[in-house]
Amino acid sequence: MTELVTGTGGPTAADPAAGKQGAEPSIAKVSQWSDIRHRFFANKLAVVGLAIIALLILTAIFAPLLAPHDPLQQDLNATLQSPGGAHLLGTDALGRDQLSRLIFGSRIAVIVGLASILVALSIGILLGAMAGYFGRWVDTVIMRTADIFFAFPLLIGAIVIILLMGRGVLPVVLSLGIFQWATFARLLRSQILSVREMDFVHAAQALGASRGRIIRKHILPNSMTSVLVYGTSNVGIAIVAEASLSYLGVGVDPEVAEWGNMISAGRGFMGVKDFMWTYPSIAIVITALGFILLGNGLRDAFDPKLR
Amino acid sequence: MTSLEMAPSNAEPDGAAPLLEVRDLHVEFKVRDSVTKAVNGVNYSVSAGETLAVLGESGSGKSVTAQAIMGILDSPPGRISKGEIFFQGQDILSLPESERRKLRGAKMAMIFQDALSSLNPVLSVGYQLGEMFRAHQGLSRKDAKAKAIELMDRVRIPAAKERVGDYPHQFSGGMRQRIMIAMALALEPDLIIADEPTTALDVTVQAQVMDLLAELQREYNMGLILITHDLGVVADVADKIAVMYAGRIVETAPIHELYKRPAHPYTRGLLDSIPRLDQKGHELYAIKGLPPNLQQIPPGCAFNPRCNKAQDICRTDVPPLVPVTERDGAELVGRGSACHFWKETIHG
Repeated sequence: MTELVTGTGGPTAADPAAGKQGAEPSIAKVSQWSDIRHRFFANKLAVVGLAIIALLILTAIFAPLLAPHDPLQQDLNATLQSPGGAHLLGTDALGRDQLSRLIFGSRIAVIVGLASILVALSIGILLGAMAGYFGRWVDTVIMRTADIFFAFPLLIGAIVIILLMGRGVLPVVLSLGIFQWATFARLLRSQILSVREMDFVHAAQALGASRGRIIRKHILPNSMTSVLVYGTSNVGIAIVAEASLSYLGVGVDPEVAEWGNMISAGRGFMGVKDFMWTYPSIAIVITALGFILLGNGLRDAFDPKLR
Repeated sequence: MTSLEMAPSNAEPDGAAPLLEVRDLHVEFKVRDSVTKAVNGVNYSVSAGETLAVLGESGSGKSVTAQAIMGILDSPPGRISKGEIFFQGQDILSLPESERRKLRGAKMAMIFQDALSSLNPVLSVGYQLGEMFRAHQGLSRKDAKAKAIELMDRVRIPAAKERVGDYPHQFSGGMRQRIMIAMALALEPDLIIADEPTTALDVTVQAQVMDLLAELQREYNMGLILITHDLGVVADVADKIAVMYAGRIVETAPIHELYKRPAHPYTRGLLDSIPRLDQKGHELYAIKGLPPNLQQIPPGCAFNPRCNKAQDICRTDVPPLVPVTERDGAELVGRGSACHFWKETIHG
């Protein structure tokens, strides 16, 4: 990637030299990456998305510094307090500080959201690349398997896995990853089918590049953008799914500070103590929105024609 | 068919075997129930330092033949159904894929028509040039980059040192084709196949690129196969020419003799359809009809439906490629025609 850096540094020594030759109209030295960056930051919604995600990740990292209380600390003398005073967002039925639980909940959201998509991407890229490049029976086997995974609703599939593995962060990550790879595999496969026929792939072949090299250097880098963009948008969906699992009582442990758990705890007080479920719900909505905006922004930046 | 004088296998006058020899090559594409016969018995040979131009319109099988030689035929659906290809005396069709891959790039290389789409858009040209050395010779990233700059200098890209990190879209068409030539030349192969290397360029740049190619070929004493549909492009650089039609070679000749005296009605038609300055005001000749559907090549001579000299025999018998002689029977070296009436065509 060092080559990229030289291109982004604006005008370099090459410009006057190239101009002097006169054989070539002088082209502004703009690398693809600075182009993409420029388009991304010109898009207001994309920047909003990026800001939301940045804020979320910072909150997750610095949760112990930001949270006013220990999220697990029970105070049975101060249960179900309304927002205000010592507890800015109130307390739950066990007297735990809602704001602190919300802040620590971002950790689970970020970890599960990113990790499950990473799992899905890893499986999806590997299988999608194999299906797209090798074709024939490899393609058939992989894509029919993907169809089976498509047939399962995400939550139902995840619940089955969690029932087999037990509750916890890791089972949630794996189950959400396993039931999302199929989309990535399909997307990558279709990209590879078109990139595989491009001239530079044939050219690389004609110059003696090996199969592995052609896949790694020529096909994958030219097929990956839409997969990565879609992956970004899907982090939000994974976070919603994760909270849903916890809300249903099959996600992480119930006492862990986690948004789905908080909503679940507030369920019994709906209409009475609405602050218990509204704040975590808002957190989930904003987070999911952030990832979707970021994903859309990346898509538009990578390929302005798609807009 | 093997009696063709252009491809005397082991009986070359000076005893040296040609660099590349294609013998009776047949390639077909099978899709579902239909079979497209793209190449139907092609013979040609190229020696070191020699340039063979392969001329033909789209679908004449010239590029497919090249892909078969390189071993990059899309297979399936493509399949070499018959024939042999000898490269440096070795029957390369019998080699395993791993051995063929070692030949590509190192011993034989190919240049494609559209240099922009033939270069990977996400990698710098320096990286792509350097990749040749890193993949084939295991050079370090730094050494490979130095080699890349050297190559760019060699194909006369101005300010090579500064531009080595640029991406393909930052170069003009001519410069990009120079980069493709540099990539093909990187490992100093013995044979280069250039598939319409100048078609995507404007005319002035065409001449520059063609001259560069011819010059480098002489310098490295490579065999060069120049695939083209443009008679004008090859006139100055090729030694001999093979005209293809519907997957067959219909005429072979030393390049200048072909222009003077074509021995096949198709070649004559091609030459007559070139606009000429001394014939201003006349309507330009065009060969009537369309090239044949390769799934249903007409019986007999494939050109017969479009030929104004066609007789009954042309509709039934496939004319073999036979040596062309002078009226008195004197040999015309390197000339052949696949027309029943070649005598009438060349002499009359």
